Amino acid sequence: MGFLKSFFREVRYYPSAIVGLLIIFGLVVLATYAVIAIPYHRAIDLWRGSGNIWYRNPKNAPPKWVNYFRDKKLPETIDLDSRKQGVAQRKEKPLGKGKQIELTFHFNYTADEFPHDMVIYFYPTYKAKPPFVTGEWITPDGRKIRLGNFAVTNGFSFWLNQDKKLRSRIQRIFEREGIPAQIALLLDPDSLPKDPNVAVEKVARPLKGKYTIKLKFLTFEPDSDVNAEYIAYGGVYGLAGTDHLRRDLMVGLLWGAPVALAFGLISALVIGIATMIIAAVGVWYGGIVDDLIQRITEINMVLPFLPILIMVGIFVSRSLWMIMLVTIALSIFGAGIKSYRAMFLQLRESPYIEAAQAYGAGDTRIIFLYLIPRILPMLIPGFISAVPSFVFLEASLAVLGIGDPVLPTWGKIIQDAQSNAALYKGLYYWILEPSVLLMVTGLGFALLGFALDRIFNPRLRQE
Amino acid sequence: MNTQKSTVVDVTARSTEKPLLSVRNLKVWYELKRFGFLHAGYVKAVDNVSFDLPRGEAIAVVGESGCGKSSLMKAILGLVHPHDGEILFEGKNIWEGGREAMRAYRMQVGYVQQDPYGALPPFMTIKRILEEPLILAGVKDKKKRLERIIRSLEEVKVSPPEDFLNKYPHMLSGGQQQRVVIARALIRDPKMLIADEPVSMLDASVRVEILKLLDEVQKERNLSVIYITHDLSTVRYFSERIFVMYAGKLIEKASTHEILHNPKHPYTLALLNAISDPLAENATKLRDIPPGEPPSLVSPPPGCRFHPRCEKAIKGLCEVKEPRHVQVGERHTVACWLYDEERE
Repeated sequence: MGFLKSFFREVRYYPSAIVGLLIIFGLVVLATYAVIAIPYHRAIDLWRGSGNIWYRNPKNAPPKWVNYFRDKKLPETIDLDSRKQGVAQRKEKPLGKGKQIELTFHFNYTADEFPHDMVIYFYPTYKAKPPFVTGEWITPDGRKIRLGNFAVTNGFSFWLNQDKKLRSRIQRIFEREGIPAQIALLLDPDSLPKDPNVAVEKVARPLKGKYTIKLKFLTFEPDSDVNAEYIAYGGVYGLAGTDHLRRDLMVGLLWGAPVALAFGLISALVIGIATMIIAAVGVWYGGIVDDLIQRITEINMVLPFLPILIMVGIFVSRSLWMIMLVTIALSIFGAGIKSYRAMFLQLRESPYIEAAQAYGAGDTRIIFLYLIPRILPMLIPGFISAVPSFVFLEASLAVLGIGDPVLPTWGKIIQDAQSNAALYKGLYYWILEPSVLLMVTGLGFALLGFALDRIFNPRLRQE
Repeated sequence: MNTQKSTVVDVTARSTEKPLLSVRNLKVWYELKRFGFLHAGYVKAVDNVSFDLPRGEAIAVVGESGCGKSSLMKAILGLVHPHDGEILFEGKNIWEGGREAMRAYRMQVGYVQQDPYGALPPFMTIKRILEEPLILAGVKDKKKRLERIIRSLEEVKVSPPEDFLNKYPHMLSGGQQQRVVIARALIRDPKMLIADEPVSMLDASVRVEILKLLDEVQKERNLSVIYITHDLSTVRYFSERIFVMYAGKLIEKASTHEILHNPKHPYTLALLNAISDPLAENATKLRDIPPGEPPSLVSPPPGCRFHPRCEKAIKGLCEVKEPRHVQVGERHTVACWLYDEERE
């Protein structure tokens, strides 16, 4: 493998190759991390959102780092679960058959914007008679707002903004209609606009400081118990943000890397190598073999690639591996055969091939040890440059709606974003994140490919 | 056309006992096709060639470009399937006995090509290049292979061999490259060597050395050599006999001395006249060379193929009947009506 040695010796002189290699190395690290940190089945479960795993996440929240670029900081999600140690203060005293339980949550609100939504999830245990709760909201300046009182059945969740009684109570307090609960409860009363025609959301500021939620429960059975979880869904989430199904986009972005690399690399290499071998075999054996390969190639080249893929996607399977298989099958007998054939035809007549025949090298030996190694260095840059086109193909197919139904991929994130009008809603992060990753992948392979072309193709070398 | 099978032994051979290689009525015809499948005739590159090559004899085949020398050589190497005729090596037809027989035959034949750079795979090191024939010969032991590689490099005077093992062909000079080609041809200790214009691409200064090297090797190993060339000035270095080829046929076979001093065929005379002469006083002299060009091999002229260019052509005979080989001296035959006593 003399050319590998010369490759590493020469690659230093090409900064673009080093940058490309670094990008590819970074992608490989990312992909490896994704596969190890989130195993395949876990990734599929997470992406499908089975078991309601994402209920604690806000919907359509941009990543946390957008706050660095904002004057008014968006709130992070506040999640207070009394089942966790030290989150809530708990007081209990027996009362009749059951007991009286008081849960007190404290949190410090520092953001400049209001949360998107507020909810209290209840986790009661009882046999026949559910516990009863009375909730109270205490603001930093000491105002007390009653949240409501109701029986806590299994699986009950209290969406503060959807409770009619709370809304009418808010209307009475602020003497205005239609202030959402998550705003009203955090509102600085001084920032309330005097003019009733001005929308509250645009002018009002949250009151920063320590808030308290007091939940007083009454249970009616000896073994009955209750826990509660308060969530204020924030405006930012994680490093990558969330989508319309509250999924952490990080899972999709991370898993998109191994999928994209696998699809791109496997397709490019299998197609490149298979095409080269077929072209070499056709040229070497000639006659009927060559004719057959040429005719198959010509027929294959006029077949419409995309419609066939879409048809396979609709009628057979949308699985990534099926799409890859069809892509490879349709591309092997492609234009590559023709150009490789031209190179091999010239090579077939070389004296060194004649010499090899004369000293008894067999057909297979000549094809694999004499014909292919001669043009391999010229083709390797092409293989590398072809990788991004297959990565993009996978993404384009996903955008067209024939992406893998279960695997998270960059293309599918873009498709989700597009079908949920991400750009119209101003959720740029949703489209930009996968797009930037796609572009960086393309850039990495292109930079390396171009540099390799210069190294292996002496004609392009700058002397 | 004369297609009769001749079993006559080659009278010009050094010894007629058990020749190493016998070529009998060999025809190498390439089929021409119209529209890719319709038969449209043959290119008769080699037509009815017969000769014997005894062990240890060096012969030269001379003729101008396109006369069929290379096709003859390819047929002898088993690279093209002859249209008709036989190539017998140690009495066995090389095309009978299948792949294994052909492999076994190829193990005993060395091949030196014209263009030394093209003859060496540019992506292999010298060591690898010389290893290939040994691997194909079934030499499994790496140490043994290396020993033989070094020995054969020493034999062709590429020294010190260790310095060259890991070099690529393009790092060597033309002469060194040709020495490596010769080493590759000799590494399996063949009985026969086929050299196709081995010096025509080399500098004049290197030519003599390479020819001397071939001569030494031939004598040392008692090799049979077929030396193919268009240049009569180089043949005298080591060939014992010369075959003159014209338009696919051998027209004169004789010892080197006879050809150079007693040429018979008008074409041989013309060839000898065309040898370049470095004498300054002859610089302005125009030589008599036959007019015209070599004939088409698809439809060669009837009768003697040289007759359209021949000054001494006999009207009514040369363009009608093909001349046969007649003996005109000791170990000297010529296919020309001028010397055939039975021409009437």
